[in-house]
Amino acid sequence: MKLSICWLYGSSMNIYGDRGNVLSLAQRCRWRGIEAEIVQLGLGDPLDQGAHDIYFWGGGQDREQINVSADVQGAKGDALKAEIEDGAPLLSVCGGYQLLGHYYRPADGADLPGIGLFDATTTAGNERFIGNIVVESREFGELVGFENHSGLTHLGSNAEPLGKVRVGRGNNGVDGTEGCRYRNAIGCYMHGALLPKNPKLSDFLIRAALRRRYSLDVLPALDDSLETTAHASAVGRALARR
Amino acid sequence: MSASSRLDVRLAAGVAAGKLSGRAIRLLGRGGGTAAPGLIANLIEPNILNKLTGKVRDGRIVVAGTNGKTTTSRMLADILERADLRVIHNRSGSNLVRGISAAFAAQSSWSGQPRGDIAVIESDEAAFPDVVRRVNPRIILLLNLFRDQLDRYGELDTIATRWRESFETLRPDQLLLVNGDDPALAAITEDLAAQRRLFGIQESRYLLDELPHAVDSALCRRCGAPLRYSQLFLSHLGEYVCDSCGFRRPPLDFAASDIDLHGLDSVSLRLAHDESILDLSLAIPGLYNAYNAIAAAGAALALGVGPALIAETLGAFRSAFGRIERVSYRGRQLVIVLVKNPVGFDEVLRMLAVGGLSDPALIVINDLDADGRDVSWLWDVNVEQLANGSSPIYTSGIRGADMAVRLKYAGIATERIHPLKALANSFEQFVDTIPEGGSGYILPTYTAMLELRRMLAHRGVVADFWEQ
Repeated sequence: MKLSICWLYGSSMNIYGDRGNVLSLAQRCRWRGIEAEIVQLGLGDPLDQGAHDIYFWGGGQDREQINVSADVQGAKGDALKAEIEDGAPLLSVCGGYQLLGHYYRPADGADLPGIGLFDATTTAGNERFIGNIVVESREFGELVGFENHSGLTHLGSNAEPLGKVRVGRGNNGVDGTEGCRYRNAIGCYMHGALLPKNPKLSDFLIRAALRRRYSLDVLPALDDSLETTAHASAVGRALARR
Repeated sequence: MSASSRLDVRLAAGVAAGKLSGRAIRLLGRGGGTAAPGLIANLIEPNILNKLTGKVRDGRIVVAGTNGKTTTSRMLADILERADLRVIHNRSGSNLVRGISAAFAAQSSWSGQPRGDIAVIESDEAAFPDVVRRVNPRIILLLNLFRDQLDRYGELDTIATRWRESFETLRPDQLLLVNGDDPALAAITEDLAAQRRLFGIQESRYLLDELPHAVDSALCRRCGAPLRYSQLFLSHLGEYVCDSCGFRRPPLDFAASDIDLHGLDSVSLRLAHDESILDLSLAIPGLYNAYNAIAAAGAALALGVGPALIAETLGAFRSAFGRIERVSYRGRQLVIVLVKNPVGFDEVLRMLAVGGLSDPALIVINDLDADGRDVSWLWDVNVEQLANGSSPIYTSGIRGADMAVRLKYAGIATERIHPLKALANSFEQFVDTIPEGGSGYILPTYTAMLELRRMLAHRGVVADFWEQ
């Protein structure tokens, strides 16, 4: 059994340790005897529908985001949307999350168009939200990460947030929401890296991939004691510094 | 009474406040007293730094960069002292405006006359434009721009842009001495009124196969296209060209070759400048120290110091505060190496892996302000280098649990990973795991190292750093 993990724009958008998410997905497959292949899909590379099982898209610096926004328009963005409609799991963080919405509006210069997978828009803000973040998600329970963004994301009426902010600022610092959910796609502002300390979320993505590729709905448990300790210690830090 | 000799009362009061509060803090046992006195002195005389530095006869050299600025500025200060200059230097590494002010107050007379001919000033990246504005440097030495504490500094682009704005204020009599192997630094120092000279590595047998994970400058700053590297030495430092717009590494004025790494012990290299050749043999290890030595030697040559004196001083140079230290404790050798960002951590692991890590190691990760509150940088470190060994790896610190998870996902067998309690309660336990007569490694972040230093000092092992 084999899963292909597609890392979108990994060479130009890989900030704040987002690579840890890809490592988490790959290792948690391997520890269960599932072969995991990591494929980087960069600027100019076409996205073949059906070739990949899990998508990851991380954050980047503003300068790099301009090229990526242009690259993802047209056939590539359409293929990615079709994949999500077909049930493919995806995790996006920060810059990737923003470009999966309708647009990112910088402080100066033209809007960077997204692909509108999430009914969400993002505008550059004046304040940078930096700190540990704890989110309560109905589906995944308590999630913990580190946010570092000045973009303010507002969800449209059709969008469902990933969860509610318990500590931190989340989408926009005002409405208490964090992230976005659509089918098996997740967008959020949580670096950390997110998945290693939130193995439940990792396993949700792997499970969705197995269901789609192999019609398999079982996933053997792993010993997550180190992960659970790290999760608890990060939540402790978030609460202590609130 | 001439204007120049009239007592500046406000300046004298600021200097006095800086001196006295520094002493008081040390007497009270509240640490080295390296920054708070500067804060107080600046409250009394906001221009204290401008005024004191302006009186230094042979000018100011500002050293900046993500990695190596403490080591490089110490190397340079040592060389200048050996050349019989009296050097004012913020030696403790306290490198914000207040820390630099405190160092100057401590090294000035009560009337505000600095006791030095020349100043070597290490500057923090974020404080750099303000420091440059205040001290009017003769030479600016730029080492590198790596990813470091992004939660504090914001994105690397922001720093680069602010530095560029600062460079545009420089005059033709000011010199920028720049690491040409860093494409970001090369790009932001182009076309300025100030002079520019470049140092770098011309040839090395220690090449990386691919860009490491933590790299931020793989794109051309001029046109945004990916850079192509013909040689890659360390992180994004190398020989590069942009196939799209033609931007490339500029010719080097100070070029290193024949680099030889000897594990955790030493490194040697040959530095060419104009007609002269310097053979440098350092007693500290690693490619990053080779860069530090090239930078310090370049600045000293630019100041007219003789090559023989430079080589001799650098050969005798020992590690700055805690970068790499060996201490003997309870019959064991402890090798303590500071880790503070992905590039530095990567290089430390490269040195351990080259030597075939067989001794126990303790990694201590804190997330206080001085460490960076965001520990996600651990995921940018190539911890996978340690996966082939069999030695135990212990973790501790406020975020030791994050490090344990990082080790696990690097493919290190969980039997080798041992999370320990807080350092105060687990240090002796770690020492116990090292056989008598054996050695162990301790890799702490900045505040963890301060804590470790205090613990060792308490046990009578090492001198406190502000006494060095």
